[in-house]
Amino acid sequence: MTDTTTTRYIPDRLNSRAVRILKSWEALLLALAIAIFVVNSFASPYFLNAWNLSDATFNFTEKAMIAFAMALLIISGEIDLSVASIIALASTAMGLAMQHGAGTSELVMIGLTVGLLCGAFNGVFVTILGLPSIVVTIGTMSLFRGISYIILGDGSFSGYPSSFSWFGQGYIYWVFTVEMLLFVMIAAIYVVLLHKTNFGRAIYAIGNNPTGALFSGIRVQRVKFILFLLTGLMSGVAAVCLTSRLGSTRPSIATGMELEVVTMVVLGGVNILGGSGTIPGVVIAAFVMGLVTFGLGLLNVPGIVMSIFIGLLLIGVIALPRLWAMAAARRKA
Amino acid sequence: MMRFIPVREAILGSVTLILIILVASRFAGFVAPSNLANVFNDTAPLIILALGQMVVILTRCIDLSVAANLALTGMAAAMINVAMPGLPIPVIIAIAVLMGGIMGAINGVLVWKLSIPPIVVTLGTMTIFRGIIFLISDGKWVNSHEMSAAFTGFPRAVLLGLPVLSWVAIMTVIVFGIVMSRTQFGRSIFAVGGNPHAAVYTGINVGKTQFWAFVVSGALAGLTGYLWVARYAVAYVDIAGGFELEVVAACVIGGISIAGGIGSVGGAVLGAIFLGVVKNALPVVNISPFWQLAISGSAILIAVAFNARSGRTKGRIILKSAEATQ
Repeated sequence: MTDTTTTRYIPDRLNSRAVRILKSWEALLLALAIAIFVVNSFASPYFLNAWNLSDATFNFTEKAMIAFAMALLIISGEIDLSVASIIALASTAMGLAMQHGAGTSELVMIGLTVGLLCGAFNGVFVTILGLPSIVVTIGTMSLFRGISYIILGDGSFSGYPSSFSWFGQGYIYWVFTVEMLLFVMIAAIYVVLLHKTNFGRAIYAIGNNPTGALFSGIRVQRVKFILFLLTGLMSGVAAVCLTSRLGSTRPSIATGMELEVVTMVVLGGVNILGGSGTIPGVVIAAFVMGLVTFGLGLLNVPGIVMSIFIGLLLIGVIALPRLWAMAAARRKA
Repeated sequence: MMRFIPVREAILGSVTLILIILVASRFAGFVAPSNLANVFNDTAPLIILALGQMVVILTRCIDLSVAANLALTGMAAAMINVAMPGLPIPVIIAIAVLMGGIMGAINGVLVWKLSIPPIVVTLGTMTIFRGIIFLISDGKWVNSHEMSAAFTGFPRAVLLGLPVLSWVAIMTVIVFGIVMSRTQFGRSIFAVGGNPHAAVYTGINVGKTQFWAFVVSGALAGLTGYLWVARYAVAYVDIAGGFELEVVAACVIGGISIAGGIGSVGGAVLGAIFLGVVKNALPVVNISPFWQLAISGSAILIAVAFNARSGRTKGRIILKSAEATQ
């Protein structure tokens, strides 16, 4: 009965249809991933090759690491558009340290620390000063990358120690890369964090009703601050991997990656307005995006045309279920 | 509320003025009328786009696709000019405005009819529009020698001492000043952003108003697309890359509240002029242009922190203090 009334205005009440759609979202995504896999293996003879598929995982592993933390942040009702700029700044800091003779372990520490500091910077503005995260992170997006540009100008850092290349170029066993291992480990940590802990439940509570969460004893601002820290830290991890894989740092590194990370999160079924979403959904979304870009790459589609697909995917995955629900509601009426 | 707006604009205006005086103390030529006119002309595209963005932000939306829209219409205008050099400039401008408006309408329909969050819609269309430029141009550049003299000459033609580009910006400011304060559409924009529920009860269609805001923003981006390509006499995939952030920055610095409903034409214009002065002053005082990005980022953060203090409602403050005593 409530389906036909304007449920838009009572957001804290979920009707059964919405629950059902959410429940089947991951299944739908998985079917999409399998379909893309099958289509790709027919479209190109080079697709079904263990080494090619292994290379293809680089398309998404670094972005997915950030996407897990971003998913938590978006579920809590905030967003961080500065992640790609954090990568640029962390990578620049690692480059500077490398020029002063830092070894591999110091480089990693510096990358992660800069990521954490950037996350803390965003967090202070959003949680202590109470500013909207979208404006703050649009500002820090310019600021962080701007600092990289001030340091590097049109130059670049290269000549990282050979042991540093292990993170982005190393293999654990056969075709399994170090980044894949990191991806699996981080995914597992985030599944536990979001779905099995009090902290995870608090994130959903905040996303659905921040005032209600506050009055049920959740330290809303503290949780949000931690989520900004986590997003910064994950950007630091991604910066280590990306810098290690490319072997050089330019201030334009990872430009536009924030868009792909947000697309991945939204494609994974996380509600952009906060309150719902799962980590397994984001994992499958990462594979879907990796497979699409890899498949198109094998068909010699240039990167900028691929971005059309990413953009259509982003709008399509949100628009189609809504169109479907609207059509269903009209049929009922 | 009206009390705060002039104060905020006065502060921003004085900051800009102090900046100009500081630069002039090191390099007197900066305040020569001809140079100031150059700075204004250089800032004209930002002013036009900031006004469109202001309308969108006032309705609680955001349009991140403006720069991509500008680049796509600019490329289309250039290619039309190459294919049909005889086509008069007013027709090209009409096509550019129409094209931009249609792209804005696409954003608007997705926000209005499907209630998709504006940031998602425009992040998506931003990449799609950029991709389409590559598809239609095949990644090639359209260079000045391929464009007709009338095409590139129009924005640079001098009229009463100022180039046409500057006059277009001035006209846009005047039109918006009237529309935002004197018309039903302008007032409904503020109503929708200030309190959407109340707007519904006063008979305003919130979604439809947001739709038209996107159309306005898109049409202005289309107009700027032609002017941009004609002025710089080159069109390629990446023109105005990342310019959408500068446009949003101009609005935020100008005191347009990202939560909607608060802002003024004067604020948006001053915000754009502030960024324009910074950009043009950097090379004069011998600071590397690479500082520009970090400076506009810091300006956004300072402006938003500054504006937030006056914009907070009492209910929020009670909650904040309750939280602080935990």
